[in-house]
Amino acid sequence: MTGTATPAPRLIDIDGLPALFEALRGRGYTVVGPTVRDGAIVVAELASAAELPFGWGVETEAGRYRLRERSDTAAFGHSAGPQSWKTVLHPARAKLWSADRVTGSAGTSIVETGAAEPPRYALLGVRPCDVRAIGILDQVLTGGRHADPVYRGRRDGAFVIAVECTEPGATCFCTSMGGGPGADSGFDLALTELTDGGDHRFVVRTGTAAGAGVLADVPSRAADEATVRHAATAVAEAAGHMGRTMPTQGLPRLLADSRESPHWDDVASRCLTCGNCTMVCPTCFCTTTEDVTDLTGDHAERWRVWDSCFALDFSYLHGGSVRTSGQSRYRQWITHKLGTWHDQFGSSGCVGCGRCIAWCPAGIDITQEVSTLASMLEQAAADEDKP
Amino acid sequence: MTGQRTAQRTAQPTAPPAPAGPAAETPAVPRFYRVASRREDTADTVTLELTEPAQPVPAFAPGQFAMLTAFGVGEVPISVSGLGDSGGGRARRLEHTLRAVGAVTRALHAAPPGSLIGVRGPFGTGWDVASAAGRDIVIVAGGIGLAPLRPVVLSALADRSRYGRIVLLAGARTPGDLLYAGELERWSRDGVEVAVTVDRADSAWSGEVGLVTALIEPAGLAPGNSVAFVCGPDIMMRFTADALAARGLPASRIRVSLERNMRCGAGWCGHCQLGPLLVCRDGPVVSYDRAAPLMRVREL
Repeated sequence: MTGTATPAPRLIDIDGLPALFEALRGRGYTVVGPTVRDGAIVVAELASAAELPFGWGVETEAGRYRLRERSDTAAFGHSAGPQSWKTVLHPARAKLWSADRVTGSAGTSIVETGAAEPPRYALLGVRPCDVRAIGILDQVLTGGRHADPVYRGRRDGAFVIAVECTEPGATCFCTSMGGGPGADSGFDLALTELTDGGDHRFVVRTGTAAGAGVLADVPSRAADEATVRHAATAVAEAAGHMGRTMPTQGLPRLLADSRESPHWDDVASRCLTCGNCTMVCPTCFCTTTEDVTDLTGDHAERWRVWDSCFALDFSYLHGGSVRTSGQSRYRQWITHKLGTWHDQFGSSGCVGCGRCIAWCPAGIDITQEVSTLASMLEQAAADEDKP
Repeated sequence: MTGQRTAQRTAQPTAPPAPAGPAAETPAVPRFYRVASRREDTADTVTLELTEPAQPVPAFAPGQFAMLTAFGVGEVPISVSGLGDSGGGRARRLEHTLRAVGAVTRALHAAPPGSLIGVRGPFGTGWDVASAAGRDIVIVAGGIGLAPLRPVVLSALADRSRYGRIVLLAGARTPGDLLYAGELERWSRDGVEVAVTVDRADSAWSGEVGLVTALIEPAGLAPGNSVAFVCGPDIMMRFTADALAARGLPASRIRVSLERNMRCGAGWCGHCQLGPLLVCRDGPVVSYDRAAPLMRVREL
C-alpha cells in the first residue's frame, strides 16, 4: 500500500458483481457480506450477489432497528446491522485445542489432535467504521506480546472489500470518534455505490496488490472524473449527516474522573445488564473458555466463547464476583470502551458505529450517557468554585 | 512486562504485523508435564513438582504465573512457587503451590505423582528481585500469598551477598494453614528474619496472634533502604502496603501481586482488567503507586 502510485479509480457496473464473486471464489475465498434475514441485515456467507440486500435500507434509533424499503436498488444503502465482522474474524465459538489421553506400555501421554486450517473469507461491504474496528481488533488480538492464533489465522487469510458510507443512520457518530464515512486504508478494495439516474455502479479504488489482482478479473472501465467527484462528494456530505455526536475531548480523563459518579445509579436503573451492547459492538473482544470431554474422558477440547463484562461471572474470583452491581458493570464497559482502552491498546475502543445504541433493549445511548457524565463533572467543578 | 505499545495501526488486510519476541510460540496450547512429587502443605494446599515436559515452555521468573490445565476439567492461573530447573532458558522442572477451592483446583490438588498437567506460560510481570540489590528485602505474605513469594526468598538466598537484610513476615488463618513450615525454619537458620502470626491460635501455638501488619513495627525496618514484596488477599495487601508507606517506604518500592479472573493469560480475553491494567499482562506484580488508586475503588 505504500511506495507505489495509487492506481486510478475504476467503475464496476452492477452486472459486474457476479464476476467479483467468481474472482473471489476462484482464489479460495468464502464470500461473506450483508443479506436480509429475520428482519435485519445480517453478515452471512453469500452464495451469489443476488443475496445482497438490494433495495433495503434500515431505520435506527435508540432501542430500535427496522428494515425499510428504499426508493432505489442500492445493495449497501444501510447503516450497521446487529452483527459486525468480528463474527467472522473473532467467532463467537472457536476451538482452541484438542487432545487425546493415550495409555500405552510407556505409560500415559497426551497427544494433540490436529488443528484445522483457518478458513479464508472475503469480507464484502465493510463500512469504514468497521474497517477501523478491524484495525482495533488487530491491535488488541495481535499487536501485543502474544498473537491470538484463531484471530490471526482468519485475519491473515481475509480479503477486505470496504464500501464507503453515503447514508449514515440516526445512531451513527463515526466522525466524533475520529473516523468518517470514507475509507482511507485498511482494505484490499474500496467501493462507493452510486444509483443516481437509474445507473447502478460502483467506483472502485485499489488498496493492495491482492485487490488489484481481483479487480483485474472483473469487467471494469476507467472512472470518469465527474463520477469520481460525484462519489467523493456523496461521501463527504455523509460526514455532515451523523445522527449522533459524542463529546470528543478528554474521554479517558472524563471517565476516570467519573468513577464515583452518582450517575451510575441512574444508568443502572435502566440497564438490564443483558450484554447486547457487547455482543453487537465491533470491537468488544472478551471471551471465556470451556473445557469439554467425550464420554470416555480421554478426549478433551478447549473452546473459546464470547463473554461479556455485563455477566456476573465475568469478574468471578473464588469467594465471589468483583463487580456485582449493575452500576459497576456498566461503568466497566463504558470506561473500558472510551477510556482505559487507550491505556491498554493505544486508541479508543469505539468507532461510532451506533450498534450499542440501536440494540440496547432499554435504549441506553452511549453518547447521551457521556454527555450527562461530562455535564455533571462540569457542574461539580462549578459548584466547587463558588465561594 | 514490557508491553509493546504502538500507536494504533490501521487494518492491514493481507498481512497483520508479526508479534515480537520469542514468546510468540503457541501460548494458547498447553504443554503437558508429569507430576514428579506432590507435597501436602496444609489440609487444602499442595505443592506439585512438574517435570518431563514433552516440550518445555520458556523459563519463569519469580512472580510470573502459569495457566495450569487439569485435562478435560479446565484451566486456572497459578503463580510459580519454585523455579526448579530452568536450563537453557526452558522450564524443565517447575513447582506450583495451589489450594483446592474450585473444580479445576480440586482436580489439580488431587493429581497423583505420575499424572499429567498442562502448562501454558510464563505470563505476566515478575517481582524483579534483582532490583533490590544493595537494599533490604521485606517480604509480607498472607495465607497462600506466600507461594508466589517463595521464589523471592530462594533467589535472594542464592545470591545472599547482593542484599541487605531479608525479612519475611507471614500470616495465616491458623497454625495448620501456615505454608512451608519446615522451610521457614531452614530459611531462618540461613539468615532470613522470619516472623509469623496467625488469626486464630490452637493449643499448641505459642507464637503471635493477630494481623500480619502487627509484625511490621517489631521488625524494625529501614524504610529508606528497603524494597517490599507483598502478596495475599486484596485487603491484606492494602493494609500492609499502607502501613509500610506510613513508615516511609515509597510506594514505588512496594510491590503487590494482584489477583483477577485470568482466563487466557495472554491479554486476549479481557477478564483480568483492573481499570487501565490488564493484570495478566501489566501485572500480576505491580508497584503500589500504580495499584493503590485502583485497589481503593469498590467493584473496579
